[in-house]
Amino acid sequence: MSDVADRVKKIVVEHLGVEEDKVTENASFIDDLGADSLDTVELVMAFEEEFGIEIPDDAAETIQTFGDAVKFIKEAS
Amino acid sequence: MFDLSGKTALVTGASGGIGAEIARGLHAAGASVGLSGTRQEPLEALAAELGERAHVLPCNLSDADAVEALPKQAAEAMGSVGILVNNAGITRDNLFMRMSDDEWAQVLEVNLTSAMRLSRGVLRGMMKARWGRIVNISSVVGSIGNPGQANYAAAKAGMAGMGKSLAYEVASRGITVNSVAPGFIETAMTSKLTDEQKAGLMVKIPAGRMGSAGEVAAAVVYLASPEAGYVTGATLHVNGGMAML
Repeated sequence: MSDVADRVKKIVVEHLGVEEDKVTENASFIDDLGADSLDTVELVMAFEEEFGIEIPDDAAETIQTFGDAVKFIKEAS
Repeated sequence: MFDLSGKTALVTGASGGIGAEIARGLHAAGASVGLSGTRQEPLEALAAELGERAHVLPCNLSDADAVEALPKQAAEAMGSVGILVNNAGITRDNLFMRMSDDEWAQVLEVNLTSAMRLSRGVLRGMMKARWGRIVNISSVVGSIGNPGQANYAAAKAGMAGMGKSLAYEVASRGITVNSVAPGFIETAMTSKLTDEQKAGLMVKIPAGRMGSAGEVAAAVVYLASPEAGYVTGATLHVNGGMAML
């Protein structure tokens, strides 16, 4: 597990209040982790701050799963 | 009565009669206030009158870039923006059949679109803080219409619809979005009315008088307070009974 993945997982666990082992590669924030659409906006905001990057709205829409988030952040930072 | 100590409030149109009184009310309740408006002089005068916890933030609300920048400037000056009062408004009255696209667009831009942009700009901080208050100053005209003010009435009614939709979205984050809809209030604008016009108006107002800016400000202070935390998507009418909605 890379450092980026750990940091993303920590944010997801804290924000959505889910068990760490539920946050798997293909876990969908909305379908599997119980996020609502506003939660996904807040997650993106939290990722932006944690990694000091800018995630534009059209890119944010493509981030559906934990794996998507890790991949995007790795490429962006 | 209501304690806003430690809270930060951005008030647009603070150079006008009602806006200045809203700023005074929030300040008196303990909040830091960001005074925004187009005319710097009255803002400086108001800031001098209030003393500490008052910041002058001039902004032309018909300039989209300036509007985008205002929430950041306010947060820099005060540390955050926990309360946003969208009070600024302009009128470009004309009979509907003579109303130009410009008259329509200017009023919508300043009265409605800037309120949307400012609300969007302050939401991030409010979401993180899990606390926020957005108060839109609407008008009785938005509910009952007024001849010659199709643009103004549309903008004011639009504020209510926008506010209710936003209220839905952010209610779970401790953020409320409400409107205050004044009726006829004694301001520089209404002081131009003739005695005859005033007499005509009084017939329609059960209270038999015009309202004061302070009575509008009191409604805003309430909606901004922690005590109003369960009130959202509402419109508080301050109109002497002129329209009981």
